[in-house]
Amino acid sequence: MPLLAVEGLRKSFGDHRAVDGVDFSIEAQRLISLVGSNGAGKTTLVNLITGFLQPDEGRIVFDGQDVTRLPVYGRIKAGIARSFQLVNLFDALSVLDNVRLAIFSRDNKINQVMRLAERDRAAEAEAREVIGEFGLADKWSVAASGLAQGERKLLDVAVAYALRPKLILLDEPTSGVGTREKSFIMDRVEAVVRSGGLSAVIVEHDMDIVFKYSDRIVMMHEGRVLAEGTPQEIVRDERVAAMLGRREGERGE
Amino acid sequence: MNTPAAAARGTASGTAPAAAYAYVALVAALLVGFPYIASSYQTILLSYGLVMAIAALAVNLLLGYTGLLSFGHSVYFGAAAYGAAFVVKYLHVVSMEAFLAGGLLSGLVIAAVFGFICVRYTKIFFSILTLALSQVGWSLALKLFWVTGGTDGIRVPTPVLLGGVFGAPDDKVVFLAHRYYYYVLAVFTVCAVLMWRIVQSPFGKSLQAIRDNEVRAESIGIRVRRARWFAFVLSGMFTGIAGVLWAPLNGLATPDVLYWPFSGELVFMTVMGGFHSFSGPIIGAVAFNYLKSYAVGRTEYWQLLLGVVFVVLVLVLPDGIMGAWTRLHRRTRREG
Repeated sequence: MPLLAVEGLRKSFGDHRAVDGVDFSIEAQRLISLVGSNGAGKTTLVNLITGFLQPDEGRIVFDGQDVTRLPVYGRIKAGIARSFQLVNLFDALSVLDNVRLAIFSRDNKINQVMRLAERDRAAEAEAREVIGEFGLADKWSVAASGLAQGERKLLDVAVAYALRPKLILLDEPTSGVGTREKSFIMDRVEAVVRSGGLSAVIVEHDMDIVFKYSDRIVMMHEGRVLAEGTPQEIVRDERVAAMLGRREGERGE
Repeated sequence: MNTPAAAARGTASGTAPAAAYAYVALVAALLVGFPYIASSYQTILLSYGLVMAIAALAVNLLLGYTGLLSFGHSVYFGAAAYGAAFVVKYLHVVSMEAFLAGGLLSGLVIAAVFGFICVRYTKIFFSILTLALSQVGWSLALKLFWVTGGTDGIRVPTPVLLGGVFGAPDDKVVFLAHRYYYYVLAVFTVCAVLMWRIVQSPFGKSLQAIRDNEVRAESIGIRVRRARWFAFVLSGMFTGIAGVLWAPLNGLATPDVLYWPFSGELVFMTVMGGFHSFSGPIIGAVAFNYLKSYAVGRTEYWQLLLGVVFVVLVLVLPDGIMGAWTRLHRRTRREG
């Protein structure tokens, strides 16, 4: 049984069909890349899977449970977490607090009113461990707004990872950073995904990153899945080659 | 005291610097000894300041920590004051604890209902809605005169404290400047400690997270609207406590206290003290109370004076008194 199965998913904004009958599935402990040109529907699909948008049609089954109508917090409890295309952090809060809040939420401690957050040693120890895994150990006390862009990207992923999900969806985790930093971020992401035994869906434009890190690639075009397969299968796919060729041609012109 | 920003920086040790404890101890000693070193008038004025400080701290639960600017907190303050007055008028009880129970219930119920409506919106829409709803309360207090006494209000007599364990009320001024001052100080201390714990709790952190980034807060499983509502109810409840304490000081519950300018004053106090810090609203409330009292006593143009102070404050000290103090303190330490 797949970890995630998306069946006939549709979402329109006015006359524009952002996601138009998407079917695909993800096995457990796989790293999947979701690729496609701007406007292909990748981020909308991520928003649909994580509950930030409700589909017009279709079904999302996660870990054997129909989560199509669950609110965001319900999907998080089910084991789905995400990061954002534009880094989304609690800027005034420290790195430690950004991660610690995710832990409080996961452990149903977020509504505790009379217990001091800083007295929860278990949460602090776990937050520090997560921060360390993402190479931010020496930045734990820094406000998130004071981090460099690459570090902010890593913290964004770390916050989602601290929820201990079964599936993590990362929307362009390497956008806006240099080539060397991209590899650094993806090495960290791959390490925690592989060692944590979770699955990841990564929305990515950099094909070098996609081919290097993915177990499977799902290519979207105009709201539909154009091709799906291993990196080797995708390289050989004529539809993908034609589309990539067309994009190269457009750039050349 | 930890500020929202400092708390944000997340001192893992959780220990406040020794200097902070020394400041708190000094202020506590000053507050306890105040009736013995100051006149009755000054002591009663400080009681008003402490009452307003509870309300300003409550406003800051929403403004500084949750990012919601309420222009309608007069209704929770006023409803609680009327709640206390109703205990006297309809139950013929003059116990301060009964006042607190009645006032708390009024503040809590109204905050729960109004909050449920208001937290569906944010920013200017939230502010306008809180203002509009508070004016409903004001007009009801004005129009339902057979219940509320209309513009005359309802008299709130000097209450018996703690079942009369400290004796029955004697001379009103002596009572207000001593026994009642200590009662207010004790309730203020309890409220301040409770609110400090709330903002340092996981729930308090979640409010700060919502303030900073609502979408991100939702993405880690925080139920944003529910948390805002809970914060709103807590804020209304503490404002209600302030309203109850204010009623015997004022001697009357009148519709004025439900009118929107009073909500503006609460925001003024909070901004004046500094809504980026926990203790800012306390300083702001006490300072505003003295400022207003002296302005009213000195000139008929006191509103103009307060207006000028507010404009200068926003332009020169956008972080309020505590923000300026913190900056000055940091600069002194750097230079030292």
